[in-house]
Amino acid sequence: MVATTAPPAPGSTRTPPPRPPRERRRPSELTPEDRWTAAGCAVSALSLTWLVFARLTDGVGWFGFVVVAYVAFLILFALVTTDRLGRLAGIDRVATVAVSTATIVLFVPLLWLVGYVVKRGLPALRPSFFTEDLAGIGGDALATDGGGKHAIIGTLEQVGLALVFTVPLAVSCAVFLNESRSRFRRPVRIVVDAMSGLPSVVAGLFVFAVFIIPFADRAPVFGWHVFGYNGFMASLALSMIMIPTVTRTVDVVLRLVPDGLREAGLALGASRARVVWSVVLPTARSGVTTAVVLGIARAVGETAPLLFTSFGYDLVNRNPFDGPQDSLPLFVWKNVQKPSHASIDRGFTGALVLMIVVLTLFVIARVVGRDRSRARHRGLRARVATLVPSRREARP
Amino acid sequence: MHVTLRRVRFTAAVTAAATPRPRQVSDEPTRIDRIFGFVTTGAGMTVFVLLGLVGLFLLLRSREAFDVAGWSFFTRVEWRSDTSPPEIGVLGLLTGTVIVAAIAVVVAVPLGTCTALFITDYASARVRGPLTGLVDLLAAIPSLLYGIWGFFVFGAQVVPLSKFLTRHLGWIPIFATEEEAVFTGSMFIAGLVVSLMVLPIIAAVSREVFSQTPQGEKEAALALGGTRWGMIRQVVLPYGKGGIIGGSMLGLGRALGETIAVYMLLPQVPKLTIRILENGGATISGFIARRAGNDQEIPGLMAAGLVLFLLTLATNMLASVIISRSRSGAGIDA
Repeated sequence: MVATTAPPAPGSTRTPPPRPPRERRRPSELTPEDRWTAAGCAVSALSLTWLVFARLTDGVGWFGFVVVAYVAFLILFALVTTDRLGRLAGIDRVATVAVSTATIVLFVPLLWLVGYVVKRGLPALRPSFFTEDLAGIGGDALATDGGGKHAIIGTLEQVGLALVFTVPLAVSCAVFLNESRSRFRRPVRIVVDAMSGLPSVVAGLFVFAVFIIPFADRAPVFGWHVFGYNGFMASLALSMIMIPTVTRTVDVVLRLVPDGLREAGLALGASRARVVWSVVLPTARSGVTTAVVLGIARAVGETAPLLFTSFGYDLVNRNPFDGPQDSLPLFVWKNVQKPSHASIDRGFTGALVLMIVVLTLFVIARVVGRDRSRARHRGLRARVATLVPSRREARP
Repeated sequence: MHVTLRRVRFTAAVTAAATPRPRQVSDEPTRIDRIFGFVTTGAGMTVFVLLGLVGLFLLLRSREAFDVAGWSFFTRVEWRSDTSPPEIGVLGLLTGTVIVAAIAVVVAVPLGTCTALFITDYASARVRGPLTGLVDLLAAIPSLLYGIWGFFVFGAQVVPLSKFLTRHLGWIPIFATEEEAVFTGSMFIAGLVVSLMVLPIIAAVSREVFSQTPQGEKEAALALGGTRWGMIRQVVLPYGKGGIIGGSMLGLGRALGETIAVYMLLPQVPKLTIRILENGGATISGFIARRAGNDQEIPGLMAAGLVLFLLTLATNMLASVIISRSRSGAGIDA
């Protein structure tokens, strides 16, 4: 740059010597050679591992094989690239490969698990699964006999009840964390964090200790054993698990509401309560919905707390306030542990239904909670773009 | 946004326009504001009280067990409730819990950190969103499904690896096994399955922290001629150190409390052993689940639950403190 812009020194007729063309180097570039190197290393790692385990020793099973082959591949790849490109670039390439493959490794178990549950659960899935319970189903019944109607009813009632307790409490708690100026905000936030790590079985034990033990011998209220093994107790335990999940998600969403909106509301003379109710919460509506759906997804699959609260039952029990009640996780848990194959298959059918429910909830949460602001900005930018040419014409 | 604002009623402005008289301005909260403050503070306090109540009630209900067992509750390995007085102790459960959680964290931390790095620094913007979603999906799958997957398929696939390890590395104490040992239902398998469950939280916390690395420092590292890995090692990782440590501890907390999967994967017989490859081992949470429904054991289980509760609480609190104290973690929810 300097050589071209500076005026030539007086009296000097020498032209600067032509520079050797510098090779442009992009550190993160992926050339075809790199790909071939990687492929070659993979092949040689596979053959090496095969040689060691199939020929020289007596095998590690395919899981061990993959692990060893992967490590061998990384070592080989490190050696080859270091030799080819030097130490610095070599380390960089190996890190790239290790980081990317670790991410792929993560999804193998995910696909494996989902695939396995579908494979085991699908053959016995009939419409009757949703319309029958386990009345009269013995050890010799087929996997397609009976169904999980009672479990589905139980899950719906328990999660529904848990929502009734959770949503008001969790949303007001999140509002407390964001909109108040209390000095207890920090301790409460720490406690909510700590509660989200509460082992679910402890939540079950807690409800058991507080309600079920002391009232065990109490006479039923209106003929209902309200404080015994029942769906209501399960919903209490489930809300213990949902409260931190929902609170923290809502808390994060409320933090994203621009302060300008709050200030505008207050400046117009609205009360704080009014601002929260009419400005903050409506703005964060989709985020709050996401939080609730995520909370449901978390609670729907919980098994451990139910062992101490709703206990499980094989027949339809529509009343969550009286008597043991089944739910999908308990249904799966009980059936896969029975000795007969038909029961295990029935359990897997339940697992498939449970998985579909959870995945559907998850997708709903993602779709509802998607950041819409970007789409809106895109629309805005398009509108601005139509304005731009006219502005340019107006300029002299 | 203006649509929402329009809903606020401004009666004050209307009346002021009718009679131009200075009105009294007061800083006093209105009645509705006072109720609002009361309700939200109440909600915040409820959560506070709830956690206290958990500890209190577990302590109350477990007093019977502590009265019988005394301090030997913490030093005894076996759990025999059929003798009189019952000989119960939490040590065997505690060691199992810690070993399984440690295996899970050792496996999950490198994987989770790599995933987080890939999402923040390697993946293109287009795959970043879906990848984050997939990691979250891993967290959304119920523990029960991991448990039956581990029990019915995954465990059997790990057995040959366990056999190989013990045959060739058996001189390392943790890989040692007895002659003709059974390899299913081992703490190694349980730890691997639990590692999948704690991976998402480690990945999520690390990702949050990595993505907050100042762009200027990263660009400076690249402009000085650093490779991408050099940039990560010198800028991103030091910056996110608190997040990695805190996230790992949060994962440890989750792993300690993991119940149903561990219940299905381990025989839940308390034993003091570090042989992770052979059948055996028990964790507090899994053991409690296994003994659910035995009424005469309740005090002992409550005591074990109390130990687990305090252990996870301490781990999680420490993790939160580490994350929020670190340079990168201020303003991140662990």
